[in-house]
Amino acid sequence: MNAQQVRQVVLDIISDIAPDEDLNTIKDELSLREQLDLDSMDFLDIVMELRKRHKVEVPAQDYPQLATMASCVSYLTPKFA
Amino acid sequence: MGQQVAGLCEFDEFKYQSKKMRRRGTRAGSISIWCANEAIRRAQLDWPQLDKTRVGVFLGITEHGNVETENEIFELHQNQLDWKLWSPHHNPRTVANNPAGEVTLNLGIVGPHYTLGAACAGGNVGLIAGAQQLLLGEVDVALAGGVSESPQTFGIYAAFAAQGALAQHEDPTQASRPMCRTRDGIAISEGGAVYVLERLEDALKRGAPILAEITGWAVNSDATDFVNPNPERQVQCMHQALRRARLTPADVDIVNMHATGTGAGDVAEAKAVRAAFVESERTYVNFTKGHIGHTMGAAGALELAGNIPALTDHQVHPGVGVRELDPECAIPNLVLHQPKKLADVRTILNNSFGMLGINSAVIVQKYQGEAP
Repeated sequence: MNAQQVRQVVLDIISDIAPDEDLNTIKDELSLREQLDLDSMDFLDIVMELRKRHKVEVPAQDYPQLATMASCVSYLTPKFA
Repeated sequence: MGQQVAGLCEFDEFKYQSKKMRRRGTRAGSISIWCANEAIRRAQLDWPQLDKTRVGVFLGITEHGNVETENEIFELHQNQLDWKLWSPHHNPRTVANNPAGEVTLNLGIVGPHYTLGAACAGGNVGLIAGAQQLLLGEVDVALAGGVSESPQTFGIYAAFAAQGALAQHEDPTQASRPMCRTRDGIAISEGGAVYVLERLEDALKRGAPILAEITGWAVNSDATDFVNPNPERQVQCMHQALRRARLTPADVDIVNMHATGTGAGDVAEAKAVRAAFVESERTYVNFTKGHIGHTMGAAGALELAGNIPALTDHQVHPGVGVRELDPECAIPNLVLHQPKKLADVRTILNNSFGMLGINSAVIVQKYQGEAP
């Protein structure tokens, strides 16, 4: 899975977790929490959905890697390899 | 256990709730939120100006959290028992105060909220709790009633089936047949009913549209059996409610029975109603579950909502679904099949009973006073 596909995976999950949000305007370098109505429970949901749908595990110490879309993609892409 | 025989509520979940909050919450919470918002609108409360510290939410339930727990266990089963997939939302979804608590989150209510577990007496008990909190001066506005999400819950169905108390019929509309000789159990359905309760002087002061006045209630316990009812205690419950309202049986125009469609339950309640109203030839008796199934925790409040229009149109709605009345369920003035038009309807007694022997009766009356 390439970086663009991983980005889509993350977008699909966020669209389920934050269904009221417009995801077309996300700026990849900015914090997701600054752009979207996401809280810590939502990030736990993102971690859980990655595990459930794609068998990708994100250990707790790596949660900061999910702060922006860009950091999500760079952190997760090797895990989807 | 066969197909689900009765319906789910049809309503727009997102009329008053964001998709995200719906996802976070529960179906019972969503039904409660819709009902509470509709109640506020119809009561013409000036919601933005209302002091939210003086508003409370009091909702009766049969059970809560079963469907969320079952769903999590199903997910676990589908994912090779990977316990790390257990949702962090499970606890806020399943804590027993969830439905009432979700209403406070949705509406910014900062007064008390109680979700009251009272089996199938829940709807009445929610109303009673609201009225009591008003009398205690704890709140000025009570959002009170009952809610149920049991139709989504496998365990509730399976247990009623195991108990031999789950109605089954090829035609779902024929499944709920309280008082019928061929009845075979409960047709579970989903529901919710929330009322705005206020002290009379407050309602008059703001010119509220008054649907009815709650003048009496009672809750008691059989202390007899886990599931089998005790008609003697049911009679005591109805009479206790009448005493509180300073009424006699002959003052009651309509008794709405709990009548669920179980073999033992309907016979016991028929015996209780016959005994409680033996002195009254003018009291008419109906039941509502033939129309809407058994809405469990909502039943008391929702069936009352079905009867309150009688205070205006004087029509006693009939019990339906009875092909042949069970002789053991015969009651004088039982209204079946067709509505009964009365000259006037001023007083309704609403029964709701539940497992572990919880009995409840609520009396509402047409408000006939004048604005001061």
